[in-house]
Amino acid sequence: MSATQDTLGPHPRSARSSWVTVFYSIIKTLSMILATMLGLLFVTFIIGRIMPIDPVISVVGERASKEVYDAAYASMGLDRPLLVQFFLYISDVARGDFGQSLLNSRPVIDDIKRVFPATLELATLGTIIGVTIGVPLGVIGAVKRDTWIDQLSRIIALVGYSMPIFWLGLVGLLVFYGILGWVGGPGRVGIFYVDVVPVVTGMILVDSALDGQWDVFRDALSHIVLPASILGYYSLAYISRMTRSFMLEQLGSEYITTARVKGLSEYVVITRHAFGNIKVQLITVIALSYASLLEGSVLTEIIFAWPGIGSYITTALLSADMNAVLGGTVVVGLVFVCLNVFSDLLYVFFDPRSR
Amino acid sequence: MIKTFHQAARRSIMKRTLGSVAIAIALGSVVGTATVAQAATPDNMLVIANRIDDITTLDPAQSFEFAGSDVNRNVYGKLVNFDPMNLEAGYEPDLAQSWTVSEDGKSITFTMREGVKFHSGNPVTAEDAEFSLRRAVLLNKTPSFILTQFGFAPENIEQTIVADGNTLTITTDKKYATSFVLNCLTSTIGSIVEKALVMENEKDGDMGNDWLATNSAGSGAYKVVSWKPAESVTLVSNPDFYKGEPAMERVIVQHIQESATQRLLLEKGDIDVARNLNPEDVAGIDGKEGLAVTTELRGRLMYISFNQKHPELSKPKVVEALKYLVDYNGMQNSFLKGQWQVHQNFLPATYLGAIDDTPFSFNVEKAKALLAEAGVENLEFETGVREAQERIEIAQSLQNTFAQAGVTMNITIGTGKQILTRYRARELDMYLGAWGPDYPDPHTNAGTFAFNPDNSDEAQATGLLAYRNAWDPGPLSGMVEAAVAEGDTDARRGMYEEIQREFQATAPFAILFQKTEQTGVNAAVQNLNLGSAVTAISYWPVSK
Repeated sequence: MSATQDTLGPHPRSARSSWVTVFYSIIKTLSMILATMLGLLFVTFIIGRIMPIDPVISVVGERASKEVYDAAYASMGLDRPLLVQFFLYISDVARGDFGQSLLNSRPVIDDIKRVFPATLELATLGTIIGVTIGVPLGVIGAVKRDTWIDQLSRIIALVGYSMPIFWLGLVGLLVFYGILGWVGGPGRVGIFYVDVVPVVTGMILVDSALDGQWDVFRDALSHIVLPASILGYYSLAYISRMTRSFMLEQLGSEYITTARVKGLSEYVVITRHAFGNIKVQLITVIALSYASLLEGSVLTEIIFAWPGIGSYITTALLSADMNAVLGGTVVVGLVFVCLNVFSDLLYVFFDPRSR
Repeated sequence: MIKTFHQAARRSIMKRTLGSVAIAIALGSVVGTATVAQAATPDNMLVIANRIDDITTLDPAQSFEFAGSDVNRNVYGKLVNFDPMNLEAGYEPDLAQSWTVSEDGKSITFTMREGVKFHSGNPVTAEDAEFSLRRAVLLNKTPSFILTQFGFAPENIEQTIVADGNTLTITTDKKYATSFVLNCLTSTIGSIVEKALVMENEKDGDMGNDWLATNSAGSGAYKVVSWKPAESVTLVSNPDFYKGEPAMERVIVQHIQESATQRLLLEKGDIDVARNLNPEDVAGIDGKEGLAVTTELRGRLMYISFNQKHPELSKPKVVEALKYLVDYNGMQNSFLKGQWQVHQNFLPATYLGAIDDTPFSFNVEKAKALLAEAGVENLEFETGVREAQERIEIAQSLQNTFAQAGVTMNITIGTGKQILTRYRARELDMYLGAWGPDYPDPHTNAGTFAFNPDNSDEAQATGLLAYRNAWDPGPLSGMVEAAVAEGDTDARRGMYEEIQREFQATAPFAILFQKTEQTGVNAAVQNLNLGSAVTAISYWPVSK
């Protein structure tokens, strides 16, 4: 590169080419999202149609006459070829119409607007708890390797991995709600506050705060804290083990030895050098953990009477309410894809090599 | 009212908030000593835990599920209805104050009660009643057969369902027992909706079907505040209810799936009624201070039936032998304890004409003798069972007791679609399943268990249980037709008793059990009636 070129700044052609690269990468990402969603929808749709549950019986009841059954069969479009049904469904989804729930005759989109914020609220709090406790626990476990602190963190994680969530939820309810009375019982709010807060986001903590109803906020917090802690516990078990493993790998590297030889404090070595280098891997772990909580933890939702997307999809599936199943699947799929894209963006932020 | 609830709750919520923070820290095993006094629901509020994810709509012309009937019974008035405090009395006047029957027995003229108002404040008129019944026929939703079986059809409703001033006249296609018609009108589909309000909310000619799915337009003791599918139903009392304002100003039904969770809520005092307790949890709260367990009969029956196309199962002695190979009491007193009780005929106890004879008991020797008389050895057949734990356990018990007489019963477990499809196609040797009545009249069960006028494969009467088992009930079909037309209620009762005795002796059906429902309640709750076998729960008589 000559001195003249240096003074001219970036070449106009290279600027254009970088815009083209960005444009292509956007197109590529969108295509990937579209292909993933189409594939997901196709597989779910086909499974829904071939599984041995009859959606018509769900609608008309098992005693319906043959005429009523046949009329419902035709009105649900089940007499058309499978591929035609699928393409009709896709074209509706493209217009934002997920159809009506066969079970409650309401638009699926309305149901999702109601149940997904409940799960989002729970999963977000669970992940915050998981990250806040899991990451430091993992780091301490690695730094104090094979000491009692490390053993304790291992036991905490092991219990988190191995304890059935159903059991943990019931015992948690019995102890913290039934015996100690520290937290609210099942449900999102107490009976005093049902339907009190105007729905804005669908997340009661947020909506009550926006409306300035702090009584409701405190009540909702007392109801969410236990299920969120239980989900957070599972999340922290995974996050702490992964953090410990990443940290051990870094702490055994030569550059860490070099840093120590250079006389840097242990705090700086651990936080800036070792921890700084595991951020990208941690993002993936946390994103995966968050996404799995956002799918909805069916058992937690059942025990805590939490009307989230997990129990919504499960109930719909068992009742052959395929519009609801497909609508829920689209949302969960989108969440996964969005979290992937978001973690890719965070990579760029934290890792200069990927810029 | 909300404000009062807030004040009542504030103190305990404050404590719980502190607890919430503590529990977050408790993951690090911090243990505190704070406790909260046992909560209690307000005196004017009834809180119920129930599984309500079966509600598909609240429109009474379409609703046909248990939890939906529970809501609608408290929201809508009907021409005739059951008094929850005296269900044995049968139907009684509700929105119709009286009625007369024409000489030919085909027309019933109802005179409407004066002074009853809808929740909106508008008076309930004969025109509203005419609209409600016509609407149910026109919409033709699943429960519409309860009305159309009387010959009402879209083409003739203008002549057969007619309001005139303060009266409504309905004319059936032939003579039916008045008790049959009136019993059917006590069903959810007989609910009277407010014409003006419903039609204000009509969309694309749906006669308000979409709007009524989540709203109400009734004159009953309560009106719907909200229904969130698989989450909650909230009702608020109607201060102008013609029988007087209910003591419970607000009723909240929360969807709580788990029995253990329902029990915990009940023990903490956060709910008043737990409706889905399993036997272990019932035993757990039984005798606890401040709590009570009530047991009520419901209409559902558990039965087994034998396909008459099977060469051996079509022999009467074989069928009789198998009825003696069921350990009725053994099952009732073990894994079905508190959930089902022995009942051996097709009319549930408390129905008009129901009999409580239990001639069959577990008797292996008698069964062996009957099989020998029939000349049957090494009998082997297949039983279809839907994948429900309770039914599978019954099937296993039967498999065991049948084997004691050398009968091999192979169990096929499948989904509803798999088993029902084969049952309807008359392909199963034996079926084990449950049946619930559609409306509180004996014809609902007589017309399916003991009625099958054309047993040929071409008839395709797949809705009839007798047909599904390829059974020709012979003279019973005629007796069922005669009973449904008998105008004298006492004579009608006698006819059903006769039909059932004949059925019990000859039918390839063994009715095993009738459903009982055990409910955990706060002992302060008084006059809670679930509706027994004939109707749904009533909230308006409840007090605390």
